Amino acid sequence: MGWEFTIPGYVIVFGTLIAYAAHLVRRGRTLAAQLPEEKRRFLD
Amino acid sequence: MTNPTAVGGATQIPVGTGSKATRVIGVLALVLGAATLAFGLVISPPEITQGDAVRLFYVHVPAAMMSLYVAFSITFVGSIIHLRNGSKFWDLFAGASAEVGVVFLGLTLITGMLWGKPTWGAYWTWDPRLTSTAVSMILYLGYLVVRRLEMDPVARSRRAAVIGIVSFANLIIVRYSVQWWRSLHQTSTLDPRDTQISGLMYFSWFLGTLFALAAFAWLVMHRFRVAWMEDQLDAHHLDTALAERRAERPADGDTGGATKLQPGGA
Repeated sequence: MGWEFTIPGYVIVFGTLIAYAAHLVRRGRTLAAQLPEEKRRFLD
Repeated sequence: MTNPTAVGGATQIPVGTGSKATRVIGVLALVLGAATLAFGLVISPPEITQGDAVRLFYVHVPAAMMSLYVAFSITFVGSIIHLRNGSKFWDLFAGASAEVGVVFLGLTLITGMLWGKPTWGAYWTWDPRLTSTAVSMILYLGYLVVRRLEMDPVARSRRAAVIGIVSFANLIIVRYSVQWWRSLHQTSTLDPRDTQISGLMYFSWFLGTLFALAAFAWLVMHRFRVAWMEDQLDAHHLDTALAERRAERPADGDTGGATKLQPGGA
């Protein structure tokens, strides 16, 4: 009882987090490619 | 956050937002995520009255904790520090934390609705806890919208910081809504004075919380670095444009072919 709600819930949680993580990694690589190497660093 | 990693005396230039720290946290998040799936969906037992719907507890509560308590608290603190000293780090960190927090809050609302249907008989009711949580979602979406407005970056950051501070007040209402008003939503299951779960259920929630914490840390680090590089790219474009304008300007004494007016001349 309740699997019809539980399974979609887990799929949405893990699916959303994986999709958002992939988006951030792709966005980071795109930005890094546009920046000159000396500016491609983060805060100390 | 981190500088490029020195390898064998040479500096390794990052090709994205990853670093040794994010890789360690990422692997940890994957392991904890797999453990949460195993314990949440398979190993932990169904509850007597709620059946298998109780398994949503192991993702719903950790998502709520990360957004309402961790993410938006960072935004609150970062906003105060930014308003005090204009720190770019805290401005971007507050924004990164708010965006990841909104993702977790969205998951909180969705899993809560999916849990509400089998237990309350409805996906949504205008209950104090649900309503105040939805208000938080609107407030922090507004915060993110303000951060993207086309305007002076300093004024934009300061306005966003004010919203980040003011929005925090609603989190107190969310936290105590189940005590201040009659609510359909249950009171805290994890109250230290009266914990209402134990054994495998408690362990599954604990794993889910550790997973959410690791995922949150990984996402915020990457989001912060994306924001940092966006800021650097804007500055780089501005520097390039200024350099081009300076190169176009004629050198001192060179009138560029224009007739120079002589004092007293006709």
